[in-house]
Parts: sequence; structure tokens; C-alpha cells
Amino acid sequence: MLGFPGDKMGWCIRAARCAAVLAMSAAAVPEVRAQTLTMGVGAPVTSLDPHYHQLSPNIAVGHMIFSGLTSTDAHARVVPDLAESWQAVDETTWEFRLRRGVRFHNGSALTAEDVAFTLARVPNVPNSPSSYGIYTRPIREVQVVDSHTLRLKTASPYPLMPTDLSLLMILDRETHANATTEGFNAGPMAVGTGPFRMASHRNGDRIEFERNDAYFGAAPAWQRVTYRMITNDAARTAALLAGDVEFIDQVPTSDLAKLRADQRVALSEITGLRLIFLTFDHARTEASPFVTDNDGKPLPKNPLKDVRVRRALSMAVDRGAITDRVMEGAAIPAGQFLPEGSFSYVPELAPTRYDPEGAKRLLAEAGFPQGFRITLHGPNDRYPNDSRIIQAIGQMWTRAGVRTAVEAAPWASFVARAGRQDLSSFLIGWGSSSGEGSNPLRNLTATFDREKGYGASNRGRYSNPEADRVLEAAMRELDDAKREALLQQATRIVFEDVGIMPLHIQKNTWAMRKGLAHAPRADELTRAQDVRPAGAGR
Amino acid sequence: MTVFLLRRLLQAAAVVLVMSLLVFLGVYAIGDPVEILISPEADQIERERAIKALGLDLPLWQQYLVFLGNALRGDLGRSFVFNEPALRLILDRMPATLELAVGATILALLIGLPLGLYAGLRPHSPVSKGILAGSILGFSLPTFWVGLMLIMVFAVQLGWLPSTGRGETVTVLGMRWSFLTRDGLAHMIMPMVNLSLFKISLIIRLTRAGVRETMLMDYVKFARAKGLSPARITLVHVFKNILIPVVTVVGLEFGGTIAFSVVTESVFAWPGMGKLIIDSINVLDRPVMVAYLMVIVLMFITINLVVDITYSVLDPRVRLEGK
Repeated sequence: MLGFPGDKMGWCIRAARCAAVLAMSAAAVPEVRAQTLTMGVGAPVTSLDPHYHQLSPNIAVGHMIFSGLTSTDAHARVVPDLAESWQAVDETTWEFRLRRGVRFHNGSALTAEDVAFTLARVPNVPNSPSSYGIYTRPIREVQVVDSHTLRLKTASPYPLMPTDLSLLMILDRETHANATTEGFNAGPMAVGTGPFRMASHRNGDRIEFERNDAYFGAAPAWQRVTYRMITNDAARTAALLAGDVEFIDQVPTSDLAKLRADQRVALSEITGLRLIFLTFDHARTEASPFVTDNDGKPLPKNPLKDVRVRRALSMAVDRGAITDRVMEGAAIPAGQFLPEGSFSYVPELAPTRYDPEGAKRLLAEAGFPQGFRITLHGPNDRYPNDSRIIQAIGQMWTRAGVRTAVEAAPWASFVARAGRQDLSSFLIGWGSSSGEGSNPLRNLTATFDREKGYGASNRGRYSNPEADRVLEAAMRELDDAKREALLQQATRIVFEDVGIMPLHIQKNTWAMRKGLAHAPRADELTRAQDVRPAGAGR
Repeated sequence: MTVFLLRRLLQAAAVVLVMSLLVFLGVYAIGDPVEILISPEADQIERERAIKALGLDLPLWQQYLVFLGNALRGDLGRSFVFNEPALRLILDRMPATLELAVGATILALLIGLPLGLYAGLRPHSPVSKGILAGSILGFSLPTFWVGLMLIMVFAVQLGWLPSTGRGETVTVLGMRWSFLTRDGLAHMIMPMVNLSLFKISLIIRLTRAGVRETMLMDYVKFARAKGLSPARITLVHVFKNILIPVVTVVGLEFGGTIAFSVVTESVFAWPGMGKLIIDSINVLDRPVMVAYLMVIVLMFITINLVVDITYSVLDPRVRLEGK
């Protein structure tokens, strides 16, 4: 009876035949209340189909209903989930052993056939605007060895297989044979092996969950969870203060001071994996569209191609001032892709020291003793305080002699221009979902190359053959220690060349009613299984 | 009457067509939906696949023709984000918005008309001056600020009302409604008040102006001379005559509330159509934007029609045939 949520107990009080039960559990009523959790999240979940749209809120909810072969812990390190263990049998074969006795919410047993079915479904979800097919593409062949063993063959060595598989939620061959995205959204197909069952779903409003008592992992603390989407920042904070929700994510930096002072509220925070950085126009050797001389006439050559100019611009920025004042402490200054403690973090690569005089000297050395003019672009609705950050940088650059105009635009129109190489310098962010260096190296700074699939988000078209060569060597290296050394080497090359200019790494902050405890995640996911009553151990 | 209706329908069709074209061009100019929807980790091949899957690889005019062809068969396209028919998404959200808009309009009439009448009849009393001053606040305070203040005072400080969301609903006629449950009503109060503030002020001012003008008319003097009671003069003769502008404005405002109560719906996390359209604009979900605006155009045309018919009921001099 302890498992009943509060409202059912209310019903029980009215029913005379419950009297005996009630007498038994009357003392436990406060605990019964504590079995429900209402969460307010800032980004809407767009689909319950775990393979339809790759988006953080969808992944978070995916982790509650489904499970992957592998998973990642709070610091984005790969840990076992449905697979108990895995190993590279040879250069191009990964073997995964499944956990035994796992059942889907509808009682169907998990076998290797289900995994094979899932891997076949992933690239073939109709109309997907952002498919998970990129993670199954390296797999050439799936071999079902026995009911609980599986081999994945790749064309070339692929060290990231266990990392990538943490993103693919496993479905049931019997249940999901003809499942459509609509079937998941409506409910009947939202059946997985995860810690919660989906009870109801109102698109863009809320999702209700119930505990899966047959879950193979640690039992979640909550019998019922309501996952409400409250996109307005101020309204989300107000809902927490009013007691309508007990837990919120994406706490706006402007509310941090107020919430820290509030006796009823506790905060949890962790340094995330999202780097905010500036990109320069590397695509043009001649005039860059938003760089001119001091009279407004185009410069014959693009000064941003000169590493001294890039270094000067980096030295002219006071990162500490931005993280302290603009971000109100919700970020740490960054000198590379990832925070300390991550796989392939380079210890000696510190954030560039603020040195406006040195910046002026370097600019003079590069042939710009009087500086030049530039327009710095950025989004105004994408990252916390994005438009205020570029304003601050604009002032700092101007002080160092580079007269800077600042132009912020909504993400939808900004990102299209950035992707067409229309801009000279702009602010953008990158979340390294895998928590290791190959992900940003491949996507952000590798030479744009359609065949290899490298540099797809390299919007400044930075290119450094030496970094490319080391990265490619790392991508063939199955030995973790050797791969880490190679990734560190590539990272060092990119940042010594100021291929991109790192600003800061965001901290992720959650707020909750006192009496709750939360295990914060570097990957920003907000999941009910990470929240517990304070004092209750895992 | 039939000719009038037919002509209106033709106009409607033309407006809807132009509207769809404008929205198509507009969204095309803003940016590329794939850039926004796709996972940042997607490589070039995956990007090309997504562009094809969403039908964005065709030239714009071809995309538009495909859309028109489907629309004629009643299919307004599937949402890029939700992979569900755009029209169904909109209709799913409609009850939430409708009950809020109807509630706010009724509230505005219940408060605005009596206050406006009073202010018109006793223009020099301090109470009337107070009412007018209050209506200035109603006009000029920004909706999002008032909404947040309501939440801070009534939900956070006093704890009388729930801060956000829709609360409990019951299903009637296959749609979910809040106003039939206690909890739902409690959730409705603040967004409803927030939406109606502007309308209350508008109705107060319109009513007051109308009353002051009408009171000077000859027929009012005549009625008074005839010895009719002041109550009858006000409530029957004056009232009927001032209603025409009020009905027009309330009708148009009602349409505006349904279509664009974006701010209130976002602040109160009210899962209505306004929230759907702003979310869709943010991710350039073109099918939903086009379908939404077409639904709204149809709605405005219907509201105007109802307003015209109401005129003829209120004022027999207005005839709909229009020779």
C-alpha cells in the first residue's frame, strides 16, 4: 500500500472497505505524498519516438522510457546498460553481451534479435528531420551470435561504437514491428525497458509517467512523475516558488541569486559540455564581408587569416568578466573544447590571459597599428545571455583598437547566414554529447569534407591539414590511451592556431524544493530517475 | 443574403490563397528549417537526407504547388517537428485557446459595459475619472509584465491560485475542456484576467464615448420629454445605439485573442494555439505555420460575417443585401 500516490489515498478514505488498509498505512501518509514528483522543463519534448528527432528533451524522456545498450553517467562516461559488457574482438568487430532477464513494459523479453531490429529501424524512420542514422552508418553487418550476444562489423576500426550506441534506444521486435512516430506519441508504442512507463502524453504540455516496478536497474524513487513543459523562464521559476512544480531545469542566470537566497529552494549544478566560442571567417583570403579599414572601405586581404590577429582578438577578451558578470557565475572560462576531467582534456591549455596591451602590440605586428573595423554577429535567443556576451566582447575589442559593431539576430535567421559563410566573425555554441574530444574535432574544426562527413558544423571553414591528419589517426585507434594522446595533440594544434576562439563552458543548473536531491548531469538531460528525496541513498 | 454569403466565400478563398503564398515566401526568406531541426552532429550526408525527407530539395515554386495540390485534398501537410498532420495539431490545441478567449471576452463585457455606461452617464463624478484612469493602465501595461505580476502575487506570495498550466480537464465532444472542472477553472482565472485587461479598457472607452454622444441626440431628449424613466432610456434606447461599434471591436478583438494570445499563453504555459504558433515559428515548422495562418484567416472571415449579421439585428437600417 505504500506505493499509492496521495490522490488515490484520498479516494481510499471515502471507500469504507479501505478502512483496514487505511489504519495500517495512516502513519505513512507523508511518505506516500513524497512518491509523486512534478517537474517543469524549459524545452518542449517533440516526440516520444526515440528514433525520430535527435533533440536533448527527446533524449531525456527516451532515457526514462527506454534503455540503450550502453548509457552515459553524469560525467558523460560510457557505462553498461542493456549490455553487460563489450569488447573489440578484432579491428572491425565489436561484441556486445546483453543483460539477461530484461523485459519490456509489456512483458516481452529482450533478446539480441530486438537489438538487430532496432539497428535496422533507426535509419529508416520516415520524415525524420534529424535522424539517428548517422550512428548506425559505420555498422556494415549485424550478427546475432546467440540470444544474448551480438557482433557489429564495421568497414574500418571504429572506437566510438560504445559511445554512439548510448544514443540508440532499444525497441522490441514483436511490439514495434510496424510502429509509427504517431503510434509512439499517442502512447501505445511508447513501450521500453526503462525505469518509467508512459501513462499519458499531451503534446507540448505534459507527460505523465508511472514507475516500472520490473526495471532491472536501481528503482526510481517516484511512483508517479509529471513532466511539464514550461518554456517561459520567469514562469518556470514562479511555478517552482508557487509550489506547482517541485523541480525545474534551465534556471535563468538572472534568477540564480534570488533562488540561492531562498530558504525553500535548493540548487544543483555541474560544469556542462557546452562550449561557447567565436568563429572566424577562414573561407576567404581576400576581403571578408564584415571587415573594413577604419574608413569603412573593404580591406584587400582578410586579416582573420593571420594567426596573430586571431590571437590578439582572443587576448583582448576578459573571459573572467564575462563569466562573472554577464553569466553571473554560471560558466567557467575555457581554453579548449571540454572541461577538466574529460577524456582528451589538455591540462596545459589554459584560457587565454586577458592582455589588451599585448593584443595591441600583436595587431601592430600584423600590420594593423590602427586596428580595423569588424561586425561581430550572434544569436539572441539560443544560449544564456548570448546577445549580452557579444556586446561585451564588442566593447573589449573596441578598447583594444578593433572597432566592433555588434549584430544579434534570432537563431533561425542567424544560423542560416552563418552556414552560408556570410559572416566574418560570430558567436556560437557546441555541446559535445560524447564528452570526448573527437566529437568537436570532427564537427567543428576538421576540414569541411562531405565524403568523410567531417567539418559539417565548421561554419568558418577552418582548415589545418596537420590537425586533420592526427584526428584521422585517432579515429582508427582502438586503444583508449593512445587515442586520448592523439586527440590531445589535435586539440593542441587547433587552439595554438586559434582555429576557433573559446570563451566559456556553461554550467547546467537545476532548482528544486528543499528536501529533494538531484544528481546533475553534464549533458544537460533532465530525468526523473536522477531526483530523489534528500537523505535517501541510491 | 445568399449572394452576400457567396461573395464572402469567394473573398475568403482568394485571401487564403494569397496568405499561403505570402507565408511560404516569408518562411523561405527567414531561413532554412533543416539548419534548426537537425542535430548539430549530423554530417553532410545526413543533412542532404533530411532536406530530401522534408521535401525541401525541390525549387520553391514546386514545393508550393505540391502544397496547394495536397491542400485541395484537405491535407495541409505534416509538421516537420511532430510528424503529425498540421491541421490535427492545431485543432488539438484549439479548445484550450477558445475557452480562454471566450472567457476573457465575457469578462471584458461584464466589467467593461457597466463601467463604461456609468462613466458616460456621470462624466464628472470622481468615480468616472477613476475608471478612466484605470483604463489607461489597462491599455498601457504590457501583457507579459501583468501576467508575471499576477503569478508573483496570487501564486507565489498568496498561494491562492496555481501559477501555470491548464489543470484538470474533462472530455466533451471529443475535446478537452478546463472550464468544467474546479481545478481547471482555478487555472483559467489568471490567464483570463490577463487577456481581458486590454479589452476591458477598450470597451469602457468605447461605451463611454458612445453614451456621451448618444445622450445629446434628439431622440433621447424626446424620450425624456415623453416621460420615459431614465433606466429605460439608458438600457433600451441608448444602449442599443452604442452597441454597433462595441460589437465590431469585440468581434475583431475576439479573433485577435484566439489567433495571437501568444504572450499570455507562453507566460502561463497554457497549451493553446498561440503557444503552438510561436514554437513553430522558432523552429520554422513551415507546414504548421501555413496551416495555422490559413485557419486564422478563415476564422477572421467567419467572425466578420457574424459581426455583419449582428449589425442587421441591432440596427434595422443596416441591410446585408447591399444593392
